[in-house]
Amino acid sequence: MVGITSYGAYIPVYRLSREILNQVWGGGGKGEKAVANFDEDSLTMGVEGARDCLKGTEKESIDALYFASTTPPFKEKQSASIIAAALDLREDIIAADITDSLRCGTIALRMALDAVKAGSARKVLVVVSDCRIPPPNSAFEPLFGDGAAAFLVGGNGAAVEIEGSHYITSEFIDIWRLEYDKITRTWEDRFIRDEGYTPYLQKAVATLLKAHNLTAKDFATAAFNALDERTHRDMARRLGLDAKTQVQDPLFGKVGHTGAASTPMILIAALEEAKPGDRILLASYGDGADAHILRVTDDIEKIRDKRGIKKNLDSKLMLDNYGKYVKFRNLMEFEPSLEIAPRTSLPEIWRDRNWVYKFHGHRCKKCGKIQFPMQKACMYCQADEKDLEEIGLSDKKGTLSTFSMDERSPVIDPPNVLAAVTLEGGGRFFSQMTDRDVNNLKVGIPMELTFRRIHDALGVHNYFWKCRPARE
Amino acid sequence: MRESIKDKVAIVGMGCSRFGERWDAGIEDLIREAAFEALQDAGIELKDVQAIWLGTIGVGATGTGLIASTALQTQYVPVTRVENACASGQEALRGATYGVASKVYDLVMALGVEKLKDTGFAGLGAMGMPGRFEPVYGAFGTAPGRYAMAATAYFAKYGLSPEEGKRMLAEISVKSHHYGVSNPKAHLRREITAEQATNAPIIAWPLGLFDCCGVTDGASAAILCPAEEAKKYRDDYVTIKGFGIGTSPGWGKEREDYDFTYWDATEAAARLAYEEAGIKHPRRELDMVENHDCFSIAELIATESLFLCEGGKYREEFTNKRAYYHDGEMPVNISGGLKSFGHPIGASGCREAYEIYKQIQGKAQEPSRQLKDVKLGLCHNQGGHPGRFVCGVAILGTP
Repeated sequence: MVGITSYGAYIPVYRLSREILNQVWGGGGKGEKAVANFDEDSLTMGVEGARDCLKGTEKESIDALYFASTTPPFKEKQSASIIAAALDLREDIIAADITDSLRCGTIALRMALDAVKAGSARKVLVVVSDCRIPPPNSAFEPLFGDGAAAFLVGGNGAAVEIEGSHYITSEFIDIWRLEYDKITRTWEDRFIRDEGYTPYLQKAVATLLKAHNLTAKDFATAAFNALDERTHRDMARRLGLDAKTQVQDPLFGKVGHTGAASTPMILIAALEEAKPGDRILLASYGDGADAHILRVTDDIEKIRDKRGIKKNLDSKLMLDNYGKYVKFRNLMEFEPSLEIAPRTSLPEIWRDRNWVYKFHGHRCKKCGKIQFPMQKACMYCQADEKDLEEIGLSDKKGTLSTFSMDERSPVIDPPNVLAAVTLEGGGRFFSQMTDRDVNNLKVGIPMELTFRRIHDALGVHNYFWKCRPARE
Repeated sequence: MRESIKDKVAIVGMGCSRFGERWDAGIEDLIREAAFEALQDAGIELKDVQAIWLGTIGVGATGTGLIASTALQTQYVPVTRVENACASGQEALRGATYGVASKVYDLVMALGVEKLKDTGFAGLGAMGMPGRFEPVYGAFGTAPGRYAMAATAYFAKYGLSPEEGKRMLAEISVKSHHYGVSNPKAHLRREITAEQATNAPIIAWPLGLFDCCGVTDGASAAILCPAEEAKKYRDDYVTIKGFGIGTSPGWGKEREDYDFTYWDATEAAARLAYEEAGIKHPRRELDMVENHDCFSIAELIATESLFLCEGGKYREEFTNKRAYYHDGEMPVNISGGLKSFGHPIGASGCREAYEIYKQIQGKAQEPSRQLKDVKLGLCHNQGGHPGRFVCGVAILGTP
């Protein structure tokens, strides 16, 4: 039966305590929200979620990649294609960005299931990620968080089968961004709750359960999102679920509302706890609503090696002030730099695409040495390029050989930590270190690789890899 | 047949502008200050100069040899502009030397210059800026950031805690500042304490403000002629004993076997220069060394990589034996060095030669600065960053 064969999640390492927002703007928010680092966006977080999902699976049979997000970093230019490159997927796949709706994740999931069912794809990778910017000093600011989820959909070995779904599409306008808006806009919350969220989600669930002759009691847990904590509690009651045993935490307290990724991330948290045979109710809201009956199979035990939600939650760095958050999201006009403006070159990136995006290195057939980046001649024995074979290195772990913390580099969050990372099995990556606690660095610590937005020189997002202290 | 350059070419005049934040001087002013001092020192006129080698990285200046010809208003004299990043100054000296040795010219000028303070920002900016090496690769570190990686690695390799390491580097900077005070043309002319140095704001951890050279404007110049004609100009001329230039293949920092605690290009250049100059025991034979101490850690590692000290033994030699002080066994950077005399990129290589030249002649500007009986000195000039260096070593001495 067609279903989810693997899952993965990503939560950025930085968390902002709502206490800090209370101090700046007033209010009584509790808990914390996940904040993408300055070098992250929905695309890079999507790559992270997908890497978690693909750990230990073969990538050759992935025939399609759907990237679902309301915040794709390019308005024109596909993000899915860059994600596919970073994941080193085959070239002959179908890739699509499925955008604009807060429900685009569950819509993409359905499209993936349909493609596999129809036989047009063996496996489809669905990547859902959002990095929405809430207006400062708004109800959204403490609520919104950043994160990503990914699912591999296939016909064999499904860990989660989808027994039924119901979709409702509505022209209802509640939360939006115009083509020139940076921040998310909204109408009065009571209107959205009473005319949008509550009736639509309830209707989608009720219609589905009726068609399958099920009641709330038939579910081990329910993974659904909401406008906020309160509407989530209210919906659980309306659906007749037991708040203590049957309702999956919507992650608002620890991560925040992650937009399109919200429901998928709640589902992953549910799957981490699920036992074979469990039935899960999944429901999502935005431009209507959808509801799904999920059945967990024995194969769930085979995909427990993910960072998922739990391990991502456990590894974190607290943002110690609001100013950093303002810098990360560029919410103020800052002093223009007098330094030489950064530049980029798309032809250079294109020529180097196999190491820039895919993190391929070379292995020398003459001396056996592994090296990064790809070389014109072996850096050890000077063998010609024709004696160098391309190998993927992006999954390699490494150790920190040396580093410095450069306060003068033109980066958004100094210091720019320069790092020489020696990769397991060979190779050295000279790189910028991200997601680091500057008080906790020393030679020899374990490192891993992460795909990031390096800079926006000449008005284009320029992506490449960085290193970071290993997150588990 | 291949021949050594030793004693074939003489330096008969040198000049050096005042180094510093020269808000008062443009690149032309700096060139004229150094060039006319050198001409006067050699007792010749500008029109006697048959060719010029110019070393500059060209920050804020347009390219070509026109930088020299427009400043000096030379009339169609050949100008060869050379560039090897921070090693450009010695490269000009090397080119001028070979020009004379080829017998095509018998009186030439080497010039090094940089005007850094017109850019609007402190420091040099990041090397590996997007589009200057690769658009996304290179980590966009500044020079201090790159050299600081060597400090971290050195501390780790030789078992120094960051505090011990920083303290050792602080003492090097205290020395540089001390010698800068008594050098009238130096940029930084104030004493500092090791406490000040260790507590200074961080520029690139573990390097603090006083571990880093100033950002300096300046120029330096030399007049060269065949050694056999040198006596026409002066009796106390100095000859070139040897050159070495090591241009690394550039992927050091990406090689697993490079640990950032030595300068491979310096070792290569030093071997060449010592061989050409016929030096077997550099520590014993050399009377003084000006090495490329753009950072405190750079003086330390260069001293080791020039084979003046065994790897990892610098601290013992420096702290316990005080070997690298003015009155030590092997004076290093007693001019104040790049660190305190200043480091106008293209000017430094030629400026190091200026110090050796003056010391050999017994004409150090302040009596307290003068070393006794200098016969052989070494200048070390390098560009790039650890793992990706081009390095020049020049040895000068009495004929």
